[in-house]
Amino acid sequence: MAIASVTSKKILRAVIYLLLSLLGIAAIYFMMDYNFLGALQMAVYGGGIIILFIFAVLLVHHIEGELEEPPTARKIGMAVLSLLGLGITLATIYAHDFKVAIASESFDIKDIGRGLLSYGDGGYILPFELISVLLLAAMIGAIIIAKGQKKSVNK
Amino acid sequence: MNIPLLLPTEWVHELLTGWMPNSATAVSIIEMLLIAVAYLAFFAVAGLYLVLMERKVAGWIQLRYGPNRVGPWGLFQTIADALKLVSKELTGTIKADKFLYNLAPYFPIVAALIALAVFPFSKSLQAFDINIGLFFLTAVSSIGVIGILLGGWASNNKFALIGAMRSGVQVISYELSVGLSLLTMVLMTGSLQLSEIIEVQRTGGWLIYQGHIPAIIAFVIYMIAGTAETNRAPFDLIEAESELGAGYHTEYSGMKFAYFFLAEFINMFIIAAIAVTVFFGGWLSPFGITDHIFWLQPVWFILKVGMIIILMMFFRWTYPRLRIDQVLTLEWKYLLPLNLMNIVLMAIIVWLGWTLPWPF
Repeated sequence: MAIASVTSKKILRAVIYLLLSLLGIAAIYFMMDYNFLGALQMAVYGGGIIILFIFAVLLVHHIEGELEEPPTARKIGMAVLSLLGLGITLATIYAHDFKVAIASESFDIKDIGRGLLSYGDGGYILPFELISVLLLAAMIGAIIIAKGQKKSVNK
Repeated sequence: MNIPLLLPTEWVHELLTGWMPNSATAVSIIEMLLIAVAYLAFFAVAGLYLVLMERKVAGWIQLRYGPNRVGPWGLFQTIADALKLVSKELTGTIKADKFLYNLAPYFPIVAALIALAVFPFSKSLQAFDINIGLFFLTAVSSIGVIGILLGGWASNNKFALIGAMRSGVQVISYELSVGLSLLTMVLMTGSLQLSEIIEVQRTGGWLIYQGHIPAIIAFVIYMIAGTAETNRAPFDLIEAESELGAGYHTEYSGMKFAYFFLAEFINMFIIAAIAVTVFFGGWLSPFGITDHIFWLQPVWFILKVGMIIILMMFFRWTYPRLRIDQVLTLEWKYLLPLNLMNIVLMAIIVWLGWTLPWPF
């Protein structure tokens, strides 16, 4: 699916292949009993980002439009690069000695919440707050961009 | 994944293990298949009879009979319709993007089926009791809209495209309100697991009673947003017949159209089922009168869901359709701020312990 999403010539098909591979990742999370992570993957990637992509495509792209074929040299270069990346990742994974978890325990959402807001050892309060400030800044920025255009139209 | 079993399923389990004593995997696979088939059958029957119910309610409100020719009181009308839809030729346009055009109807219907799995129809009749139940439901239901967007785009038809754009804008906006109003109730239950939510209501009374004012506000917001999310009137400008032909499924025929149609009705069932589970105690009977009779639990559940669905049908046949800017204004300028304030109110009430105690 991932390969199809980069080789497909129709852009919306590419988006759908991407969606299917993301849903596949979510399914792997569910099989590992990481229910929260799986549902998050579905909600954020499937429900949010992919719909954003689809919207962009719907607004700007016509159905008969096809993407240009990239030059062969670049294709081969990209293939080599991604194979290299895959190789390095696999080599690292196989070199590392993982401990097999015997009983996979499913996490309660309460633990996740406490972990996010605790400021003790292993707490995530600092990144959590930083991300919320970043999101706030992004929201204000979006509002300013949307408003600024209106003013210039009025003049 | 554990599957809580009802009595007949225990019997099936014993029968299957009797046949194949040394292969637990095969037994569990067969059981999963049986459960899937049971849900599919329920899905189809519920969809068909919801359509019939809608037509009857419409007839009632408009002072006419509704379907009454096929079978007693027209009971087999929608079955005949379904047979007609199955046997119809599948037409499509040459200019459509064939692959996406054929893929699109499966998104809403698969999302609806997955969502159906997590509902507790009774204490033990629940296929998948996941500990993030409500969040899972919102996550899954966000997949369904992709089918509508795809169907609209791949049909290569301007009406379908306009309908799809409207639907995308509307569903994404109202998802927020659905999520936030459910979150308000989660503040009271302290759990996202659907069976836990019902357990809370068994001892303390239904949540709409426990949470009094903010719970009622949340319920009203939830019903408005839920109606919008199922694309029903007064929010049905996605398939506004008078302007857009049939909206995003203009180019679909036969069974592919039926998928969209069925998914819409099952989504209505899902919205009503969430409302019943979160606000009205799920399979619990009023005042706990028949809680000890286990086979009445699903009956109560279906009955309550039916009441909510009839309420939604009344909305549809009473209100005129909104314009797209009115729809978005309602969500972003009224429902969303109201919802956020409501969450704070609910948090204060839970914090101070001002929830209503159950007198019985």
